[in-house]
Amino acid sequence: MTVDQAQAFTDATTLALTGITHRFGSVVALDDVSLTVRAGTVHALLGENGAGKSTLMRVAFGMLTPQTGTIAVRGTAQRMTSPATALSLGIGMVHQHFTLVPGMTVAENVALGGHGRFDPLAAAAKVRAVGATAGLTLDPQAVVQTLPIGAQQRCEIVKALAREVSVLILDEPTAVLAPQEAAELLQWMRRFADAGHAVVLITHKLRDALAIADDVTVLRRGRVVYTGAAAATTQDQLRIAMVGNAGADVVAETVGAELVGAESGGATSVRDTSVNEPTVHEPAVLALHQVSVRDARGAVRLREVSLSVARGELVGIAAVEGSGQHELLRLLAGRLAPTTGRVTRPEQVGFVPEDRHRDALLLDAPLDENVALRGAGARRGRMPWRMLRAATAAILSARDVRASGPGAPARSLSGGNQQKLVLGRELADRPAAVIVENPSRGLDFQATAAVHAALREARDAGAAVVLYSSDLDEVLQLADRVVVLFDGRLVASGNDREAVGRAMLGAT
Amino acid sequence: MMRSATNWLTSALLFLAAAVGVLSLLLLVTGHPPAPALAALVRGSVGSGYALSTTVVRAIPLALSGLAVALAFRAGLLNIGAEGQLLMGACAATAMGGVIATLMGGSTGSDLAGGSRVVALLLILIASALAGAAWAGIAAVLRRRFGVLEVISTIMLNFIALSITGWLVRGPLQEPARINPQSASLPQGLQLPVLLPGTRIHAGVLLAVGLALALWWWLRDRASGFRLRAVGGNPFAAASAGQIAVARTTLMAFLLSGALAGVAGGVELTGVTFALYENFSPGYGYTAIAVALLARLSPVGVLGTALLFGALEAGASAMQRDAMVPSVVVSVVEASLILLVVAADRWRSRGAAEAGV
Repeated sequence: MTVDQAQAFTDATTLALTGITHRFGSVVALDDVSLTVRAGTVHALLGENGAGKSTLMRVAFGMLTPQTGTIAVRGTAQRMTSPATALSLGIGMVHQHFTLVPGMTVAENVALGGHGRFDPLAAAAKVRAVGATAGLTLDPQAVVQTLPIGAQQRCEIVKALAREVSVLILDEPTAVLAPQEAAELLQWMRRFADAGHAVVLITHKLRDALAIADDVTVLRRGRVVYTGAAAATTQDQLRIAMVGNAGADVVAETVGAELVGAESGGATSVRDTSVNEPTVHEPAVLALHQVSVRDARGAVRLREVSLSVARGELVGIAAVEGSGQHELLRLLAGRLAPTTGRVTRPEQVGFVPEDRHRDALLLDAPLDENVALRGAGARRGRMPWRMLRAATAAILSARDVRASGPGAPARSLSGGNQQKLVLGRELADRPAAVIVENPSRGLDFQATAAVHAALREARDAGAAVVLYSSDLDEVLQLADRVVVLFDGRLVASGNDREAVGRAMLGAT
Repeated sequence: MMRSATNWLTSALLFLAAAVGVLSLLLLVTGHPPAPALAALVRGSVGSGYALSTTVVRAIPLALSGLAVALAFRAGLLNIGAEGQLLMGACAATAMGGVIATLMGGSTGSDLAGGSRVVALLLILIASALAGAAWAGIAAVLRRRFGVLEVISTIMLNFIALSITGWLVRGPLQEPARINPQSASLPQGLQLPVLLPGTRIHAGVLLAVGLALALWWWLRDRASGFRLRAVGGNPFAAASAGQIAVARTTLMAFLLSGALAGVAGGVELTGVTFALYENFSPGYGYTAIAVALLARLSPVGVLGTALLFGALEAGASAMQRDAMVPSVVVSVVEASLILLVVAADRWRSRGAAEAGV
């Protein structure tokens, strides 16, 4: 589509979903939802986890066929039966979890799903051409698994654009990106829309939504509860729409405290994070002494890092993807041995890894077995199941995990509830040190607030807490002290957003 | 609990009905009148005391090797090599039996009674367990050192084990007369005692039931059993959240699984055949995969499905004898049952996944 043609469409509806209802068994995931996406705009789709955002977009992309409702593309009603149909109608989607083949090159991945003969040169040329038109730089010959996460995402986008899509659905695209990369991606979306295409942006981040979108739609429990122009919408309106009036007070308190950094003054004392408290001279609970780490391929991931974390201190790590934070956290948690140097850590460390499905849970096992997993490596003799079931029930009620009981399979829980379970398990025996990695990724407001409260509570109870989040705001807001990791070295510490942001990218 | 028991019964009956349905269809297609053939099948498997005992005797090696497969699969190991491990167990039992018989000084062993008979049989079964474990250990080392998938290596090792058996019964382990390609028969004192006089049901049935219960208890109640299940469920979470030594747990599962399959070979040798020959196993180790899958990898369930397959195979012989139906049709029925179980599991898990969204 050329820009001229596109201009003619500017006010036309390019994708219209009308009266969509979809049930999974007895659960109504979408209840009479309508959504109109106009050409030349970015449409932000907001909602808590389980509100139905992803389900709606899976309907739009032909992955699910709704029980009722119609889908119209550029004014014509369509039967959307598969992603192939959606692509042929010019609708593309970039999933939160990438669908790339790691061992293949960018060009091969982009060519994947096409028909006929595979011509490597033509495929590479196509990647370059699409990349140049769209303003996305990408080496067609690079093997995907060697690329940083931001480049992998560009590859996903180019893959969709190579099919000449005019509507691009992006599911939580900035969740995995460093602030700089996220900002670039948002700007790119704006340019893409300005060229006459349309973007549907699924996000949790109100600020992103309002900064870039033209239209905003909020889903709650499978219904549209708000839709309007972004320019006429405030963050408070969105927040209330997302969690409902009943939760408004709670949310205004907890989320307000987080976003503004104000004191909540509630039962849990929230420290004013705008002041960098002088480090109390407590003995270090966690310490790295000149630690270096090489990975299996011999690449240096950490270079002579020294760090100490005191009792009752919450240290935040700011870094762009692949700076060595993955290894740093695992050293502190005792999940990785240093190549050189020395690590001091207590016997018991609570560890919440970012990929809970892969590293923290037995998805097909019941919750009590998931709780039993902690410390299973060192356990001898019998499994005290009666005790473990009671401990699981205690975690479920203490952490407000919505589950039918300790016997429910972990898979049946929503992401937020899974995370609350993992956190509850790791904190249950009050470990002297707690290591958390992207603890609120993919969680909604309330679950995020619960996670943050739990971390502060552990810190206030005397634990040494280390937090890494790809969301710099989250790090700055929670941490007593922020250290910046770049290219395997600790390069700075401080809490000035600008300075930290620059240090993360290696600038001085 | 109640509900799951009824569910289990319902699905068991459904599978039984499906088996009969598939078999009838096959009989019709191959031009055999179904009624007399099915009657022969029932007669040969459960129709008389003798038929029942044949079923039980057939079920014993299936149960033991089924436990081996179930244990490995629980640990996330696709051990397709129970057949080879069983054969190596039988070879080791033959060798050990020969050594003991020689030490006894050529006596027939009928005078070997009480304690010394128990010790001798234990030595034989321990030898078969060690041989099975060692054979599985090869696959474990190949996987650990060279990243060879155990599916491939264990299948290949089955063929090697079969060749080794063929060589042994023509060479070192051949009967003294050196006429037939088989080993000398074990003296009576080295045979597993018959439990019910007049039948062939031997003490191996107690071993199978005992090991099934022990395995069930171990997997459920012991920390090491839980570790094995955790590694099978998600090795990454087992390593990270559970701080479990995954490689060690995997090796242990390989060895235990191989030992169980080896014992199956030793029990079959000391309880039924008393001698080793090339076609010693009619594919017990392969049927064991079906036994374990149909039991949904539950050790106690394996006892039930082993009986079912034992009945099918006992009945198949009768069907071949009385109704001239080739016994391979039963193999087709067994295969159909596995496909049914896999399909039903997928269907169920898809239903659960959709309801869970």
